[in-house]
Amino acid sequence: MPLFVIFGAACLGVLVEAFLPRAWRHLVQVAITVVALLVAGVLTVLLMADDTKLIAAQGAISVDGPALFTWVILLALTLISVLLFAERSIDGGLSAFAGQAAAIPGSEAEREGTAARVEHSEVFPLTLFAIGGMMLFAASNDLLLLFVALEVFSLPLYLLCGLARRRRLISQEAAMKYFLLGSFASAFLLFGIALLYGYAGTMSLGGIADALATKTGGDAILLAGTALLAVGLLFKVGAVPFHSWTPDVYQGAPTPVTGFMAACTKIAAFIGLMRVFYVALGGTRWDWAPMMWVVAILTMVVGSIVAITQTDVKRMLAYSSIAHAGFLLTAFVGLAQTGSGVTNGITSTQAVLFYLVTYGFATVGAFAVVTLVRDAGGEATHLSRWAGLGKKSPLLAGIFAIFLLAFAGIPLTSGFTGKWAVFTAAWTGGAWPLVVVAVLCSLVAAFFYVRVIVLMFFSDLPEDAPDVALPGWQTTAAVALGLAATVVLGLVPGPVLDLAARAGEFIR
Amino acid sequence: MNIGWLTFLLLLPFVGALVTMAVPKASGLLAKQVSLGFSLATLALTLVITVGYHRNGAADYEETHTWIEAFGAHYALGLDGVGLVLIVLTALLTPIVQLASWNDAKGGRWSEKSFFAWILALEVLSLGVFAATDVFLFYVLFEATLIPMYFLIGGFGGAQRSYAAVKFLLYSLLGGLLMLASVVGLYVVSAKSGEPSYLLTDLIKVDMSQNTERWLFLGFFFAFAVKAPMVPFHTWLPDAAAEATPGTSVLLVGILDKIGTFGMIRFCLGLFPNASEWATPVVLVLALISVLYGALVAIGQTDIKRLIAYTSISHFGFIVMGIFALTSQGMTGSTLYMFNHGLSTAALFLVAGYLISRRGSARIADYGGVEKVAPVLAGTFLFAGLSSLALPGLSPFISEFMVLAGTFSRHKVIAVVAVLGIVLAALYILIMYQRLMTGPVRDGIEKLKDLNAREVLAIAPLALLIVGFGIYPKPVVDIIKPAVESTMQRVGVTDKAPEIPVTEGQK
Repeated sequence: MPLFVIFGAACLGVLVEAFLPRAWRHLVQVAITVVALLVAGVLTVLLMADDTKLIAAQGAISVDGPALFTWVILLALTLISVLLFAERSIDGGLSAFAGQAAAIPGSEAEREGTAARVEHSEVFPLTLFAIGGMMLFAASNDLLLLFVALEVFSLPLYLLCGLARRRRLISQEAAMKYFLLGSFASAFLLFGIALLYGYAGTMSLGGIADALATKTGGDAILLAGTALLAVGLLFKVGAVPFHSWTPDVYQGAPTPVTGFMAACTKIAAFIGLMRVFYVALGGTRWDWAPMMWVVAILTMVVGSIVAITQTDVKRMLAYSSIAHAGFLLTAFVGLAQTGSGVTNGITSTQAVLFYLVTYGFATVGAFAVVTLVRDAGGEATHLSRWAGLGKKSPLLAGIFAIFLLAFAGIPLTSGFTGKWAVFTAAWTGGAWPLVVVAVLCSLVAAFFYVRVIVLMFFSDLPEDAPDVALPGWQTTAAVALGLAATVVLGLVPGPVLDLAARAGEFIR
Repeated sequence: MNIGWLTFLLLLPFVGALVTMAVPKASGLLAKQVSLGFSLATLALTLVITVGYHRNGAADYEETHTWIEAFGAHYALGLDGVGLVLIVLTALLTPIVQLASWNDAKGGRWSEKSFFAWILALEVLSLGVFAATDVFLFYVLFEATLIPMYFLIGGFGGAQRSYAAVKFLLYSLLGGLLMLASVVGLYVVSAKSGEPSYLLTDLIKVDMSQNTERWLFLGFFFAFAVKAPMVPFHTWLPDAAAEATPGTSVLLVGILDKIGTFGMIRFCLGLFPNASEWATPVVLVLALISVLYGALVAIGQTDIKRLIAYTSISHFGFIVMGIFALTSQGMTGSTLYMFNHGLSTAALFLVAGYLISRRGSARIADYGGVEKVAPVLAGTFLFAGLSSLALPGLSPFISEFMVLAGTFSRHKVIAVVAVLGIVLAALYILIMYQRLMTGPVRDGIEKLKDLNAREVLAIAPLALLIVGFGIYPKPVVDIIKPAVESTMQRVGVTDKAPEIPVTEGQK
């Protein structure tokens, strides 16, 4: 199973960290990580080819179509992110991560560490643990396992967030905030799980669904449990009103980590959310759907409107990711399922899976571009610093413009086909008012994306414009892959859509 | 054959745009010549297609390939008379604009070759829009035209061009996104009645409830009303037209805005016939307001390009009126109007552009007595102006007459009030001419050069066509009429004099 490969490689990585001399570690760690990701990817694809649908690990893990599809996306995106992690040629031979996380920012010890080229090659096993946790999260068929998986992927992320080489203080603040709010959300989730256990007497998703069908009474505890569970899951998704961590963490984390988090966490969290609500709580959909409508509308509106006021590229992308979570939620509450008799076309699961692919690749690519625009203090993320970039580096600015157009959902990019898919799923399920709100929010969102394009192409180059770093092959590959996915999925999304359709529905 | 003529027609300017971009930066002249060559070749191919067009109501040159199966989207092209006329217009205006704006891109934000390449890119997308017979393909191309136009406005033109470009983009996106909601809705409707498909021929067969049809109609109509532009969604046009270069304005008003009125015929009437009939009173009143308001505001303008932009708003009011009068005469007139308006407004914008580039100002007050210094320029300006106010004998007259006559047979009051628009048109054109060209020669005008050979060459074909179709419009009408009649059948209305029988089972 791919999960074994990933977790095994992660443990191996820890051993390597302990026993190999420092000079070798970077190379070996990268090699282990890349090989593990590739092997896991191949194994997952083989499982997909077999059309595997099984409940493994005594009913705790459900290896069904959506899970396998999610695994493939996660592994692919992680591979790209790992390439970015390994990039050392942008910042004068240093990676994006702090040399010694424990050293006080600006201290002598830190400077010595930098001079000695000390670096944390632990980031690679940490990433492997994170991705393993995400895969488990997306496939867990049991609330307890869901919680464990959540912690397995969250803890490494808290750490990774605090490791930025530049702007250490913001980075550490981000890690702290993320950790505190994250644990808070985990506690909500755990309480919700406990209440649901109290209601159904079982932790397994299928068991809860059965209890819903047969049991009478105990509605209060069920609804409270559902609500608390939703809080925990929506926090990870980054939906309003549980979004406040997103901008700070996105801004503070090292940019490659931001890209990784923005793409992969969102994917895993969304699939987890859908699995829990569709499989376990499908029977009470009329109870939670109105709540999700409200959350979806709030998320879209707040995400796209607040993004207008942002002056930092990373914060802007953070709010844009919130808005995208809102668009995804429209498909989620659309509830277009093959079983429910409303579909003869795109299902919610298919739409969400496809949207996650398009969004994930564009996001990782966009953050990879952000790592390249630098001045003396590291990355120049303030929007005013991007003015006139189109003159300085037309290629880079052009690529970033394509990513922005994709986020804005302009046709011929992947963002458009993705948006189309989720809106269709929402409408099919009868949520057409959500679609109208969503298109209006898309317009607001288009405004701030276009503003960046205007800034890049129609503004004059300031005197002290930031440099565009010459990327190493890793970053080049990451940007190229993101770009290729964005364009190809915009022109011929058919094959991926079909794959997403073949993934079918969640099984219990 | 697998790949049809229309695909070739799209490929030609597409390759042209790429080749133009690939020409080395130093040889700007070569890039311009290459792109002009490609647009002329496209025009030639268009003429070949026109000659081969079979002139009955059904679509011709059809090709259909499945594109995105899950969405029911196809790469499907086909021509009916309305589409063909607009394709000819597009193919005709592109080389003319290139020739007329030969030097306009200097001093733009980017190199001249990118200006010419963007023009070709716009041509590809516009041709595709007019040829698409699949709603999804249409929508994608419809939105994609915004990108080249955005860069053409924002990259080359006056001081406020960034603002104008963003305003243009946001207005269009607002319309486009609401249309997206309707497009999504169409998919759902189509999926519920069987296999999802976006082909027009399949969608026509789909049954919708009355309310669904009306909501979907509104989504489409709103997008087209913004695009066309109709009052009150018009404010982006004067800004965009005034800030862009004259050539860009021609492409914007002459071709892109036609997508709006074209869409009304093909999609609003074609897909939602009952809802269109339902909306007729409101649409006609809006169109009437556009006619009068556009003309009145035009009279008050102090900027030449803004004035012309407002005249276009007035003209688009006529076009929409003719379409929604739901008579075959009105609709034929409207389609003819689209073509003629393209010719006359192009002439007016381009000559105004010549004038403005010589004096370096677009303010009407800066001019006076031009006809004494530059008689040819003043003469062509007068000619273009007269064609714009629909002087009998010139082609716009015929279309305007048909629109009014067609409207009158069904909605007498509206037609009568709309006639006022013609009077106002005479006012705004003649007052402008008087202020610019007659009277004593103003300072800064004395040294004004007359038109050179290239500039005359660009205007000449327009003038010839305006006169030619003014005297003998039959060739164009023959192409349009069958297509209009099949649309009328689809809507299920007949003219007052029942010459065209309604075929059964269409409703």
